[in-house]
Amino acid sequence: MHAFSYERPATLARAVALLEAHGPEARVLAGGTDLIIRLRDGSLAPTVVVDLKRIAELEPGIREADGRLVIGATTVMTDIAADARIRRRFEALAEAAAVVGSVQIRNRATLGGNICNASPAADTAPALLVHGAVVVIAGPSGSRRIPIDGWFVRSGVTTLGRGELVTAIELPLPAAPMGSVHLRRTRRRGHDLASVTLCCGVDASGVTRLAYGSVGPRPVLAVDATGVLADRDAAPDARTGLLERMLAEATPSARSMRASPDYRLAMLRVLARRGVDIATARLAAAEGRR
Amino acid sequence: MSGRIPIQVTVNGRARAFEVAAHHTLLEVLRDDLQLTGTKECCLVGECGACTVRLDGRIVDSCLVLAVEADGGEVTTVEGLASDGRLSRLQGAFLDEGAVQCGFCIPGQIVAADDLLRRVARPTVGEIQEGLAGNLCRCACYGQITAAVAAAAAAEAGAR
Ligand SMILES: Cc1cc2nc3c(=O)[nH]c(=O)nc-3n(C[C@H](O)[C@H](O)[C@H](O)COP(=O)(O)OP(=O)(O)OC[C@H]3O[C@@H](n4cnc5c(N)ncnc54)[C@H](O)[C@@H]3O)c2cc1C
Repeated sequence: MHAFSYERPATLARAVALLEAHGPEARVLAGGTDLIIRLRDGSLAPTVVVDLKRIAELEPGIREADGRLVIGATTVMTDIAADARIRRRFEALAEAAAVVGSVQIRNRATLGGNICNASPAADTAPALLVHGAVVVIAGPSGSRRIPIDGWFVRSGVTTLGRGELVTAIELPLPAAPMGSVHLRRTRRRGHDLASVTLCCGVDASGVTRLAYGSVGPRPVLAVDATGVLADRDAAPDARTGLLERMLAEATPSARSMRASPDYRLAMLRVLARRGVDIATARLAAAEGRR
Repeated sequence: MSGRIPIQVTVNGRARAFEVAAHHTLLEVLRDDLQLTGTKECCLVGECGACTVRLDGRIVDSCLVLAVEADGGEVTTVEGLASDGRLSRLQGAFLDEGAVQCGFCIPGQIVAADDLLRRVARPTVGEIQEGLAGNLCRCACYGQITAAVAAAAAAEAGAR
């Protein structure tokens, strides 16, 4: 690994000042499960690495505030997958966090790092899209929040600006029950990046949210507000047509080594149908518990 | 901070203070500076688990952690599992079950299995496979490794 200087700011203000001063020469370090690999292979060569893990305001943790669940950016997958509130109300996210890498990776990999790294295969991305997450950002001109749907640009690129970093990811607590699920296809069971990821969420008013990744430069969200997709009694043709339109933004690359475009598109359709079925069944179970 | 950075880490129960380069990983420092060569270097991309150690109560791939990140922390390597030269129950089970062929992955397997048994006293086969999914064995001793972990859990339960 080439040499760099290491900064361990104690405050958010200091971290932002460092990032602003060094611009593209600086890199944020959270869990390092993406970054250290790129530092070692030389594809990133920052002169300054800014470690977020000793910043008082960025202590990892999950808390409820004003109708939202606020997940600190440095919270690791192990803790997200184990959190009772997330498992109960944001199942897709709990399931996504539980399949990231291995125990060793999940003990380090942060939620902030997963969305900032912005891999098209990032497992939490479709879940956050389905749950309507908001990204909380700190920067030179204070803090701002943007809906996750406006976050991903393309592989490795987000709408984060110079001097900015992610401090938290917020999930609005749904007023009515919602059923959700995370599904993926990998080449092998266990430890692998996904060839297709898909999350589905269905709420009590019949709105279905589908989000999918690994089939194009960025994860995509498609919403059916007509209630047709979640309606088991709807005409099969109507559901198929609707599903086709919702999946139309999938444009898998022929260059990816993990799976061919044909396989990905075929599996996307399988996962979408399965996702709607599971999310609908979970919604019914959640309503039954009320 | 550049050049060499002073850090303090408790390694296998012993407090140590030393200096590290910012770009050196915990793996490099354990092996090259502290001569704890039980922890193995292999894939260097977090896939194989040969470099698994416990850091502040959780297992990590030490190839993906900078040594400075461990400052103020507690590290346990495979050398820290035996006490007074006596193998742990789990280590003994690996020998009894013939789970060791070439042996290269075993320190990582054992540190990961030790972590699993701290979290789940009587893991199912599925839980053992999931707990060790981040540890590859090119000799493919998975059956014996799984049996060793189950045997250690059973022996531990019997001893209580
Ligand atoms: C063996 C292995 C298996 C993996 N399996 C999966 C998998 O199954 N699914 C999956 O989705 N991913 C997987 N990953 C990728 C990786 O673990 C995740 O993307 C992880 O969430 C990254 O988080 P991190 O904290 O380690 O990020 P880091 O490596 O610390 O950072 C990643 C990037 O984000 C930036 N960054 C991090 N935090 C912030 C912040 N708060 N604000 C601004 N920028 C920030 C960094 O500068 C860097 O560019 C795997 C990785 C490995 C090595």
